[in-house]
Amino acid sequence: MDSQYIDHAMVLAGILFCLGLVGVMVRRNLLFMMISIEVMLNAAGLAFIAAGSAWGQPEGQIMFLAVITLGAAEVAVGLGLTLLLFRHHNSVNVDQLNQLRG
Amino acid sequence: MIWAYLYNIVFYASCGVTVLATILMISRHNAVHALLYLIISSLSLAIIFYLLGAAFAAALEVIVYAGAVMILFVFVVMMLNQGQRSAAHEAAWLPARGWILPSVLAAILLSLLLIGMYSDQPLQPYGVHGVAVKDVGIALFGPYVLVVELSSFLLLSGLIGAFHIARKMPSHMSSNELEEVDHG
Repeated sequence: MDSQYIDHAMVLAGILFCLGLVGVMVRRNLLFMMISIEVMLNAAGLAFIAAGSAWGQPEGQIMFLAVITLGAAEVAVGLGLTLLLFRHHNSVNVDQLNQLRG
Repeated sequence: MIWAYLYNIVFYASCGVTVLATILMISRHNAVHALLYLIISSLSLAIIFYLLGAAFAAALEVIVYAGAVMILFVFVVMMLNQGQRSAAHEAAWLPARGWILPSVLAAILLSLLLIGMYSDQPLQPYGVHGVAVKDVGIALFGPYVLVVELSSFLLLSGLIGAFHIARKMPSHMSSNELEEVDHG
């Protein structure tokens, strides 16, 4: 049951998640923040796949399907909001969102 | 034993390519360069999925992330085009150094793919249990059919939400301005 590859895939998932988190925190461009969120979703999917392979059960891949569905819906709505922000402020800098008014 | 050695090479090289591409991705200033590195990261992650015995998930990773999501990002980058300033910026970045690193990483991935294709046995080490597509499908439409239904709700609401949010207002006016015109 125990395999070094499963362990190392879990470590890789943790590293990828931290990299995505760093990307969300340090970038101020909404487009880059969304790309970093995609990386974090990828890391979560990798953790599910690795766990499913460790136990030989299909549940890991089913949760991965749920994760990529969530990612696709999230990126569609998020990019729509990015377009809206660019149209109103002529910029995609999230620091300009401190003046939210009707 | 040469077999475990080969698997080690492919697995850890894919891990290294994934981490390197992700680090380079979050440190780019140009959105298109970041998208190039995101494609490389998705492809190498798909190789890792395959090595973990999830071939179906690997195919989905390539189709959905490196295909569909990437097209969405590219379209938005095109629509956010900021004209002359952006073009000058692009021209300054166009020299080959912007393409060398993604090309090197993609070449590593291609060599890994060729290794996997021309090896005699499927890449499957001890302790990693592959799950066939058939088992996934049976479980997905058996006990987990609720996940399928919830995913369809989510995708439909995402479609409607994105269409409503990103819709262009008539005659380049926001709704507030239109109201003011009506009242004035």
